[in-house]
Amino acid sequence: MSNITVEELKEQAIQLRQTAVTMVYHAQSGHPGGSLSAADFVTALYFREMNVNPEDPEWADRDRFVLSKGHVAPIQYAALAHRGFVPMETVKTLREYKSPFQGHPDSKKCPGIDISTGSLGQGLSCAVGMALAGKLDEKDYRVFAVIGDGEAQEGQIWEATQSAVKYKLDNLIVFLDDNGLQIDGPTNEIMPNLDLEKKFEAFGFTTKRIDGHSMEEILETLDEVKNVKDGKPKIIVCNTIKGKGVSFMENVVGWHGKAPNEEEYDKAMEELARGLNA
Amino acid sequence: MIVLNKAPYEQKATREAFGDEIAELGKENKDIMVVDADIGGSCKTTKFMNTVPKQHVNVGIAEQNAAGMAAGLSTTGKIPFVSTYAVFGSLRMAEQVRQEVCYPNLNVKIACSHGGLTPANDGGSHQAIEDMGVYRTIPNMRVIMGADYHATRKLVRQAAETYGPVYLRFTRDKVPVIYNENEEFEIGKAKQIKNGNDVAIIANGDTVCLALEAAEILESKGVSVKLLDMHTIKPIDREAIIECTKIGKIVTVEDHNILNGLGSAVSDVVAEEGNTKVRRIGVQDRFGESAPYEKLLEINGITVENIVDTAEGMI
Repeated sequence: MSNITVEELKEQAIQLRQTAVTMVYHAQSGHPGGSLSAADFVTALYFREMNVNPEDPEWADRDRFVLSKGHVAPIQYAALAHRGFVPMETVKTLREYKSPFQGHPDSKKCPGIDISTGSLGQGLSCAVGMALAGKLDEKDYRVFAVIGDGEAQEGQIWEATQSAVKYKLDNLIVFLDDNGLQIDGPTNEIMPNLDLEKKFEAFGFTTKRIDGHSMEEILETLDEVKNVKDGKPKIIVCNTIKGKGVSFMENVVGWHGKAPNEEEYDKAMEELARGLNA
Repeated sequence: MIVLNKAPYEQKATREAFGDEIAELGKENKDIMVVDADIGGSCKTTKFMNTVPKQHVNVGIAEQNAAGMAAGLSTTGKIPFVSTYAVFGSLRMAEQVRQEVCYPNLNVKIACSHGGLTPANDGGSHQAIEDMGVYRTIPNMRVIMGADYHATRKLVRQAAETYGPVYLRFTRDKVPVIYNENEEFEIGKAKQIKNGNDVAIIANGDTVCLALEAAEILESKGVSVKLLDMHTIKPIDREAIIECTKIGKIVTVEDHNILNGLGSAVSDVVAEEGNTKVRRIGVQDRFGESAPYEKLLEINGITVENIVDTAEGMI
């Protein structure tokens, strides 16, 4: 889908936000805050960057996507639905019995989920394994992983990081959704991450910090790293706003894992739609 | 009818069996991989590394990442064996194996040396007495410990050929090679070593040789013993246990906590299926300590004498 324009991608991101919020509203359960902070780069990945095929979700040469911060499943589900991996009606079944849209991503139940996630800190290791397999098999696919800033408190993130560097996995591209909040409060109060860019750099990653809500910057950065075969894994640290696009959710800890009521939902959809025409 | 080797037995650690078999498997199938967490020399994966270096990964002292990377590798068709000590392989990485291997039902094997009390002089920190119980409780996982070198080689090969998560446990120390190298083993099928009708003894791993010696003593006293090697405790061979309930008396023997291991697995079936008494011989819900392996077995009553006494006490 490399011919899609920046403007079309921006519109697509708003649609994904609306779908993610709608899912959580229908389910009356789920994680809107982090879904909205991750919406722009998830859109860029699914609608321009990643080489995936909704008709053949297990195609061996596809790019992989690992949502290590698995609780923001609604934004990935929105991408899968809009991209045609599952019928659009599926969005009304989030967290329901037998739904492909389990509370957290489940690779056994949902096409397009490359591995189940949900327990923080673990998905990045899986992404490293996938990227290593690509190198061993001399395949050209890339692996995209999404981790959170709160999640970077998990020790296993750093175990995975050192392995990606040891095995020279330049086919691994990590997005760090640095929205500054975690479930109990601001990340810098709960357990300060200090300088995440420097930390990853010290481990041997190529790092870049960008505005995670600027589609232009996201695309530019993806273009920059696209054909770089320097033996170094990449991390794009994204300055983001938890709840981005819905005024009353933005930067509010309480919207980490809470569903909107009817009035809030209507307001959220209206605000997101306005973003569509901004 | 099974033909066993005769005493004096050759002595070999079952971790050696893993090392020999995995190297063979690696040569035969380029998708077989080993993920080490620094203790490859001790876990006997060095031969694999030297034979098929491209199929070998060493993540250093980072077991949680080893399990997660193995999960990622397996999504592409690789068959990774994560190799470490049983205490780390069952507990340090337990959640990673639950979330990223068993929950998505991926083709990853956890292959661990130093099972039970066999890392004897390393002390209680390194003696895995709860590992099989941990994994027995996780859906999709199979849990296996071969009794000797040949049984372990066959079971490692079967694990490689069976899709899905498998936990394999090996001894650090040498144990008698009781089986003929042509003996076949099937995951989930108990190996009947002796048939009898006065008492059933069900053992696994490094205690099978003790149970065998006890059975021979009992036979010399005129007691007819049914002896099973229950190398797989999950899925457990229900049919074989139901056969034992026809005798009505079962002694279980294991180098594992008597909670949640072989004795518990047998008792689960007995509770549902038969009017039978079960006496469990194994680690008495206590941590180990540095001591000779035989001393640790003795402290816990995992001895030929205790098996004989317990069996006689039931008839």
